[in-house]
Amino acid sequence: MIETKNLTKRFDRLTAVNKLNLKIEEGEIFGLLGPNGAGKTTTLSMLATLVIPTEGHATVAGFDVRKQPSAVRHSIGFVFQDPSSDDMLTGRENLYLHALMYGVDMKNINQKMDDVLKLVDLTERQHERMKKYSGGMRRRLELARGLLHEPKILFLDEPTLGLDPQTREHLWTYIKKLSQEKKVTVIITTHYMDEADSLCDRVAIIDRGKIAALDTPQKLKDRLGGDVVRLKVNNKPRLDGIKKLKYVKNVKQEGGFVTMTVDDSGRHLQEILKRIGIVESVETRKPTLNDVFLHFTGSEMREEGGEGGYFERMMHSNQGGR
Amino acid sequence: MSEFSGLYALWYREFKVFTRETSRVISSLVQPLMWLVIFGTGLGSVISLTGVPAGVNYQQFIYPGILCMTVLFGSLFFGLYIIMDKRVDLLKEVLVSPLSRTTIFFGKVLGGATDGTVQIILLMILGSLFFGIHFTLFSAIMSLVIVALLMVAIISLGLTIGSLMDSPEGFGLISSFVIFPLFFLSGALFPIKNLPAWLYSFVVVNPVSYAVDGLRTVILGAGTFGLLTDLAVIVAFDIIMILIGTWAFKRMKI
Repeated sequence: MIETKNLTKRFDRLTAVNKLNLKIEEGEIFGLLGPNGAGKTTTLSMLATLVIPTEGHATVAGFDVRKQPSAVRHSIGFVFQDPSSDDMLTGRENLYLHALMYGVDMKNINQKMDDVLKLVDLTERQHERMKKYSGGMRRRLELARGLLHEPKILFLDEPTLGLDPQTREHLWTYIKKLSQEKKVTVIITTHYMDEADSLCDRVAIIDRGKIAALDTPQKLKDRLGGDVVRLKVNNKPRLDGIKKLKYVKNVKQEGGFVTMTVDDSGRHLQEILKRIGIVESVETRKPTLNDVFLHFTGSEMREEGGEGGYFERMMHSNQGGR
Repeated sequence: MSEFSGLYALWYREFKVFTRETSRVISSLVQPLMWLVIFGTGLGSVISLTGVPAGVNYQQFIYPGILCMTVLFGSLFFGLYIIMDKRVDLLKEVLVSPLSRTTIFFGKVLGGATDGTVQIILLMILGSLFFGIHFTLFSAIMSLVIVALLMVAIISLGLTIGSLMDSPEGFGLISSFVIFPLFFLSGALFPIKNLPAWLYSFVVVNPVSYAVDGLRTVILGAGTFGLLTDLAVIVAFDIIMILIGTWAFKRMKI
């Protein structure tokens, strides 16, 4: 469905996306995972023909993004990170506008709008102006809108950013339903690990414009090997001894905690505790995608910062009026 | 076919929003009315006009100029508002659709011109009710044609500037360096026949002067350049601004 070859985008001196090679199959939910500024949105924008690549090639639904941008845009739906619907219009009117712009067959347009509204549970609020919508409703409407012209591929850029946990899980349900019922290929960017874990068939971890790892969430977790062991230590722990052990990897000390991954931790924990010295508490768990991420990028997800002044833009959207 | 329905979509959006912002429509009429009532009466009481048909007072004389002023302010800012669209990503939704940039440009122009025409019709009704302006069918239609042609050019100008700008901080500069010169140098507020040569040369190169002159011809019978010249200049202005505007739209980045 989507294939990129050495796809590259440079802005002045910054290389936002660096020789990206991806192959995404039909009907899969594919996650692009990475910290803010890793190049996720730029990648999506290039695939959606909004940004022209500096180098390399990409085909989307069989069309070249450089040579056939209009055909590409016909086959995709895009749900943006920031609000992108008209406050002064009702939800249904926003859908109608979209249908007109995409040249959707007008004969059964009403039926189609009813269908997508029902899919995202907005039938009752469809005639209200969008300024009265909550952030979650807005997202749902924009999701419905992205489906209206029945695209083969749906791009979701941080679809749950800033939503409460309940709404996020609702949205995940809709997205799963979509990919199953309509066989839509979904490309999703996120920096929520749990989102990628529960939603995506495959995940690419992107760091500084490059793919650091690509696989199913399960296999990525398996790659770390074993369990994550976290120890609360009081005195200076003796790390040298445990670093020598074959079955111990990724030993890290932060504050009063030592974290590591251990193969078959149930059997080896005794030995580790013996070597490290006095320990206050022990916690073992299966690795999460967050651990995978840490392993491959060497950094924690940066939550703060806001991508490109998101809140500033939110402010303007409230004041702007149009 | 989809380009055509897309054009309709963009127009539909602008018009729907316009009909819902009644407060904005009303406030857009306040400024021209203040010019007519306060400025027109105040200055009209101390000056006598030469070279205009008998019975035309100063208030009526500036009426066509005030119509053009309304177009200037309304249409230019309409165009500039795409900066706001950029900020809330509304524009992205339009740009990611299969429509060509040219269609998007014309959709905006058409929507803005419709909004502006409604405002001008309201001002024309007020003019004939309260300011002693007599419209015939011909002069009413011709006035709307001239005004609409001016709007197309000014909206295109606004869209051009807006597509090149990233933030609304420059709005004040645009007022000072674009709108006010175009307005003051158009002869909207004074007869252009006996001007000093330096000022007159500014007036003749300002395309807005020809819209003012055209309106003055059809409404008051008091033109200078001749109606055909007026129309020709405005149409040429339109073509140039549309060409620049579509070019700017095609290379617009978000």
